[in-house]
Amino acid sequence: MSLPKRILKETERLRNDPAPGITAVPHEDNVRYFDVTVEGPDGSPFAGGNFHLELFLPEEYPMAPPKVRFLTKIYHPNIDKLGRICLDILKDKWSPALQIRTVLLSVQALLSSPNPDDPLATDVAKHYKEDLPGAQAISKEWTEKFAAK
Amino acid sequence: MSDDAISDYYSDEEMEYNYSDPEQDGDDADLENEEEEDYAQFTPAVLGKRPLPWEVEYESLEPDKLREIVNKDVEHVAGIFGVEPEIARALLRHYKWNKERLIEQYMDGPERVLAAAGLPAQSGLPSFSNSRSLAATKKPATKSKSFSCPICASTQPGESAMALPCGHTFCSECWEMYITSKIKDEGECDVRCMEEGCAIRIPTAWMKKLLDSHTYARYQELLLAAYVADNRNFEFCPFPSCDLTVMTPNFSPTPSALSTTVPTVHCGHGHTFCFGCGEQQDHRPLICAVVKMWLRKCADDSETANWIKSNTKECPKCVSTIEKNGGCNHMTCKKCKHEFCWVCMGPWTEHGTAWYNCNRYDEKAGVDARDAQSRSRASLERYLHYYNRYANHEQSARLDRELYAKTEKKMEEMQIASELTWIEVQFAKRAVDELVRCRTTLKWTYAMAFYLEKNNETIMFEDNQRDLERAVEELSELLESPIEPMTITELRSKMTNLTVYVQKRNEIMLNDTAQKYQDGAWIWNVSVPDF
Ligand SMILES: [Zn+2]
Ligand SMILES: [Zn+2]
Ligand SMILES: [Zn+2]
Ligand SMILES: [Zn+2]
Repeated sequence: MSLPKRILKETERLRNDPAPGITAVPHEDNVRYFDVTVEGPDGSPFAGGNFHLELFLPEEYPMAPPKVRFLTKIYHPNIDKLGRICLDILKDKWSPALQIRTVLLSVQALLSSPNPDDPLATDVAKHYKEDLPGAQAISKEWTEKFAAK
Repeated sequence: MSDDAISDYYSDEEMEYNYSDPEQDGDDADLENEEEEDYAQFTPAVLGKRPLPWEVEYESLEPDKLREIVNKDVEHVAGIFGVEPEIARALLRHYKWNKERLIEQYMDGPERVLAAAGLPAQSGLPSFSNSRSLAATKKPATKSKSFSCPICASTQPGESAMALPCGHTFCSECWEMYITSKIKDEGECDVRCMEEGCAIRIPTAWMKKLLDSHTYARYQELLLAAYVADNRNFEFCPFPSCDLTVMTPNFSPTPSALSTTVPTVHCGHGHTFCFGCGEQQDHRPLICAVVKMWLRKCADDSETANWIKSNTKECPKCVSTIEKNGGCNHMTCKKCKHEFCWVCMGPWTEHGTAWYNCNRYDEKAGVDARDAQSRSRASLERYLHYYNRYANHEQSARLDRELYAKTEKKMEEMQIASELTWIEVQFAKRAVDELVRCRTTLKWTYAMAFYLEKNNETIMFEDNQRDLERAVEELSELLESPIEPMTITELRSKMTNLTVYVQKRNEIMLNDTAQKYQDGAWIWNVSVPDF
């Protein structure tokens, strides 16, 4: 099956007009598979880090959400050891009107505002709730260790 | 969507979002127009007689009957609010079919309620509404011959554009794919606008227009399933491929109700299940929460207890292998003629007398245990005592049925050869049905006894259990006796009497346990969580 026009258009726009701090480049042999980098937002413990992610557009896209996963280790209450992300728009709040671009912006926003009340990594969430400065210090440490540019 | 992708919009007049088109409501009308039946007619047949203390009233409903009941609710609300049935249905769904709460809040502010349910404001509402009359359809800002759908990014002729009252416009192909995937893949019948964060509901008219017949049928199924899921007094029969629903008009399976009642029901296709927990059997007299604990324990300890389920054991006297091929626990070794009890392996002679004690666990061993090892051995022994008897009744019920299946043929042949009518040879069938029912009760009394604190109540409980068990074993043994034309009349009267007696013992057991649940007299030896 040829690539839907929608994906072509999105890919084109990601290349020509990228969102600040975000890159998404399709693989040559699989144009539904994207190498993604997201810069840690300023003012967050992830600032200064450059995080690698993978993004895959399933056959049903855009009726089904893209699959997104962190490849860089990250200490965040909504991202688990395997890099899976707990983000509503990637699940039940998905709308076909959303795009790769908006998804990645939402992921970046999640780095600025972690939500320990809806945790995926329960131990990290607990840490964030009980000792915020301590937890943020570890997030910062991990950023320097694993996400250095 | 703040995207350049949205450019030209065009909405087709025919695709207007209009809830009040009578043609579009046709699917409901079919059912609504049938016959004006009163809700009271749906009340169960068992309502006529007072339910016994260990029963709940219920009625089994065919899918059509369920649809009628749903439509009655819808029409009722539509009549009060003066809105189209489809609006009423969506409102009821949003309020989980809690009519009272919906009516109360709607009277306070219909606009807020409509918006929360993803419905456009309604024009021409009755006087209590002060809503502005909003057109149900919004025209997209620009008109042109073609438009570009932001979802599929393709440029399409204007006719294919479809907009909800929110104004969000996409092509009909994308709408169709989206709605189909929501219904088929997610099993969701509450489909909202495709735009991110927009809560406007997609009307049934669209479903009808866009979906293939298979998906539309699935949508109708999901609507009914949502009704049943939202209503505490309705439950689908859990048996695979059974399409019946059971309604309990006077019983809601709340945690507190389920702590004192076991709501066993039967669907019209003869399936027995628990209205509280969905267990596909009658688990009286044990309440759902404890049943769940017991089943989990049995699953955890399955390896320890596996040997119990085996069909063969050794004669305690001559050690030759004996196979059990009926439900009866009175075993006679073919070789040495030793008679013993299959369950406790003790001599059978002790079982016929007043000091029959096979059902009762002697707690002494556990009390005397001093060190941890012997305590744990005692606790395993105690569990095995109850599990053994629990599993045995389950197995025996099956074997009773198998045995009957063999004799049934013989009975039929005999009926032809003798003076007996078909009705008259049914006594063995009645006996085996009762036997299976009572063994199911007995089975659960052992799980119950495992969790009961020892006190005077449990002594009485075990007396009842023993009496029922003795009667059951006697009937089971009778069922194994050879059927000969010469003695069939005698056998028949014996078996019929015993069946009646067994049934009475079962009722005593169920009545006593039900009564004591009501009185709060059962004390568990573990903490029992709410179900
Ligand atoms: Zn489209
Ligand atoms: Zn919308
Ligand atoms: Zn059924
Ligand atoms: Zn139950």
